[in-house]
Amino acid sequence: MKKDRIAVAMSGGVDSSVAAALLKNQGHDIFGLMLRLWSEPGQDNKGQNRCCSPASVSRARQVAAILDIPFFVIDSRKEFHQNVVQFFIDKYSAGVTPNPCLECNRNIRWGHLMHKALSMGATRIATGHYARIIQNKDKWQLLRGCDNSKDQSYALSMLGQSDLRRTLFPIGSYTKNKIRSLANDFDLPVAQRQDSQDLCFLADKDYRRFMHDYAPESLNPGPIMNTSGETLGQHKGLPLYTIGQRKGIGVSAPEPLYVLSKNQSNNTLIVDKIDKLGKSHLKAKKVNWISGTSTEHKIRAKVQIRYTAKAVGAWIKPIDDNEVEVEFDHQINDITPGQAAVFYQDSVCLGGGIID
Amino acid sequence: MDKQIYMDHAATTPVDPEVLEAMLPLFTNEYGNPSSIHRWGQRADYAITTAREEIAEVLRCEADEIIFTSCGSESDNLALRGIALEARELGKGNHLIVSAIEHPAILRTAQQLQNHHGFDITILPVDQHGLTSPRDLKTVIQPDTFLVSIMYANNEIGVVQPISDLAAITHEHNILFHSDAVQAAGQLPLDVETLGVDLMSVSAHKFYGPKGVGLLYAKRDTLTHSQQTGGSQENGLRAGTQNVPLIVGMATALKIVVARQQNDNSKMKTLRDRLIKAVLETISDSILTGHRTCRLPNNASFAFEGIDGNELIMHLDLLNVAASSGSACKTGNPEPSNVLTALALSPKLSLGSLRLSLGRDTNDSDIEYLQQVLPKVINNMRGTP
Ligand SMILES: Cc1ncc(COP(=O)(O)O)c(C=O)c1O
Repeated sequence: MKKDRIAVAMSGGVDSSVAAALLKNQGHDIFGLMLRLWSEPGQDNKGQNRCCSPASVSRARQVAAILDIPFFVIDSRKEFHQNVVQFFIDKYSAGVTPNPCLECNRNIRWGHLMHKALSMGATRIATGHYARIIQNKDKWQLLRGCDNSKDQSYALSMLGQSDLRRTLFPIGSYTKNKIRSLANDFDLPVAQRQDSQDLCFLADKDYRRFMHDYAPESLNPGPIMNTSGETLGQHKGLPLYTIGQRKGIGVSAPEPLYVLSKNQSNNTLIVDKIDKLGKSHLKAKKVNWISGTSTEHKIRAKVQIRYTAKAVGAWIKPIDDNEVEVEFDHQINDITPGQAAVFYQDSVCLGGGIID
Repeated sequence: MDKQIYMDHAATTPVDPEVLEAMLPLFTNEYGNPSSIHRWGQRADYAITTAREEIAEVLRCEADEIIFTSCGSESDNLALRGIALEARELGKGNHLIVSAIEHPAILRTAQQLQNHHGFDITILPVDQHGLTSPRDLKTVIQPDTFLVSIMYANNEIGVVQPISDLAAITHEHNILFHSDAVQAAGQLPLDVETLGVDLMSVSAHKFYGPKGVGLLYAKRDTLTHSQQTGGSQENGLRAGTQNVPLIVGMATALKIVVARQQNDNSKMKTLRDRLIKAVLETISDSILTGHRTCRLPNNASFAFEGIDGNELIMHLDLLNVAASSGSACKTGNPEPSNVLTALALSPKLSLGSLRLSLGRDTNDSDIEYLQQVLPKVINNMRGTP
């Protein structure tokens, strides 16, 4: 068998197609893999997961044919359902707002796919993520992608040394525009589709309807209160609300009200005016330090609380190996339990944890 | 580039250079439409008439009993639907019998006739080697059975059915017999007289002819209803301007394959038997699927316990071996095929099937290479060093 064979995770999209083309051009021995993921049966999506619709499979197959590389589809429906869909249902049912993409990266891409790739003789996998990996002495570091508007390091913050050592992000130092023009140069046909396939397994875009259908027992009506303890109305079940939500709460008030928190223990939805939404503090659990070692002392970093949020200056204080407290320099809105808090120093991603 | 070993001749074969040669002028200079009256048309008509006669000679039938189609699937469809339509119209019956290991071109067509057109179908089971028994066939024949369709040789496990015995039984009951001979053509005798078939499907790309052309043999006066309506080509049984180059290619390929048949078969059989022996000896928990002797000369099909057939194909591809699996699907949906299910293999085995199908150019070193890599791949996949 040849040395250093690379498995490229292909989606049929422009990013992973160009990633494959770049590696091929550099003379690597590569093959393409695509995951078949579970999907809710439905009309709109024809029962197909948006990350691997028949159109994207045939597009990826076409790209593989142009690059003259082997290409295979791997059935990961069971693993995806267990690790991502069930996780999604469980977390929403428990009153927090999960990030399924992160979980998919953790368990499916750097789990099932990595495992299959290695068993097929690959030594590394490559993906079309906008992020970079560099080796700094004996440590591997994850960096933001050069195209700030496309950076995907947030959803990769759960990777560890053994993952990074075996991973390539060939497009991480390019801009999206450059990738499009490279696709053109390589004569690659690429689908005109959205970059992100958020909640790819829903039949439509409505996660609330999904919860109604798949976890009706989690939807128990209860009181809506403001921070002064006044009852303002009835909610339809805590999983149906997210932190920072304004529309569709179902109570009328002279000033707009926002969801501040969900109190699972007494099934209460707490809402109030916007000035109450800000917080300067959070606790994160299940913290992953990409370097493999947690910090002993408090450190300065910028912390990003959502995929699309801006990173904000903060102190990070370790509580133990898996938990930290984050003290922001100023108040920020929409700190949402279940989402990841991801820590950066300049463009280096230090890791992250799940907001408690 | 490393050596590439193509062991998937049951899926399709390369076009014989001589066949290509015979077709080329018909794409360029001789482009006439065989239905045209002028000389261009006459020359094209002459080309397909000659092809038809050459094929009729191999099948030992009349030239006008051959209907050119676009592929084996179309031939199967035309046979089943055409005969069914006629049976309905003439009140000849409402029941048809197909075997459990038919190609989807037969099975899905029969299912549609049942689900949407009110026909009754019986699926004739097979034994653990994939053989249908004439005795079983007798028991499922009903007074209103009008057609029995049983394939000559199976595409996945290569089992060859006792066609003439089966046909004899249907004829005792005045029932028509169709056989899908798509896999058999090229390796087994196609003499319709000896076989006793009334209808038979053939596809050129399985015997070193081009893709996209096939034929249906239909004994005179059996088939009167076309599926594709329009012009009166092919005796009014299949409308559409004939694909002259491909038809000539098919006839040329058939002539060549028949001439080489004995030699090719015995060579492939020797290599195949060596491969089968080696695999069963060196790989634990493996079985040969299909029948030991009633089997196509080029077919070696196995099932391995605890192996995902889909992944096995990928591993082999990465080792430059083209193979296939009845448990595999290019969209990553591993489910045992109807054939493997019909054999009643244990689920552990039925997901781990592998079909290696040899070709006329398969040689010693190909088989040696497979003998070397296959046990390694399987052990590797099973996690046993
Ligand atoms: C037994 C059998 N019948 C029918 C077909 C369909 O033939 P074609 O590909 O020409 O439609 C095949 C080919 O895969 C086959 O093996």
